[in-house]
Amino acid sequence: MRVDVLLFAMYRELVGEERVPIELPADACVADLMVELRARGGGWSRLPGHVALAVNRRYASAEQPLADGDEVALIPPVAGG
Amino acid sequence: MWSRITSEPLQPELLLGRVGGAADGAVLLFVGQVRNHAEGQAVSGMTYEAYAEMASDELAQIVAEAAETLGTEQIAVEHRIGALTIGEASVVIAVASPHRDEAYRASRQIIEQIKVRLPVWKREHRVDGADAWVPGADPVPAERHNPHVRPGS
Repeated sequence: MRVDVLLFAMYRELVGEERVPIELPADACVADLMVELRARGGGWSRLPGHVALAVNRRYASAEQPLADGDEVALIPPVAGG
Repeated sequence: MWSRITSEPLQPELLLGRVGGAADGAVLLFVGQVRNHAEGQAVSGMTYEAYAEMASDELAQIVAEAAETLGTEQIAVEHRIGALTIGEASVVIAVASPHRDEAYRASRQIIEQIKVRLPVWKREHRVDGADAWVPGADPVPAERHNPHVRPGS
């Protein structure tokens, strides 16, 4: 299946991408996606140990399963207001 | 209830006009604005970035939770994104309620939730030319959030 990974702020700068399609096995979960991303090396491997994520615009836990077409955003520590 | 993420300049008086009826004895306005200093450094401006679609949903959720917890739906909140100069408003929160206690608590709860949950980031532009992302808070999934007010920094 394919998910779209979105990067923002310092993560976008680190990796050098805004939006990246990623192929995953059909039964992959969020944690599997993070393993896949870090394995790409370069800026991906320098992401911090803990990365907050959102799946389809809602914060998600590592165990959350993914589905084809999901939008997964890597959310750096937030600084609104 | 009203909430919006926008790149247009905020108009606090218009948001104030969205809340408060004849039954409301208290009408409260919070304006967050860009200040000219941060940790001893002189700041010339701030650029806000957001995951806009999610920030919109999340802000609406923050407002709905404040309304539910505190018993007032008279809430209007806007957060601005883009490049802001010193003194420009980045966030405006207007709340009205029959008595002041609920208004103060709702206003505080909303800004504290924005600061730990809204997918927004800000880049600080310093007078000495250096730019830096402002360190942020690790957001927690909404369903695990404690909606009670937490004192801010």
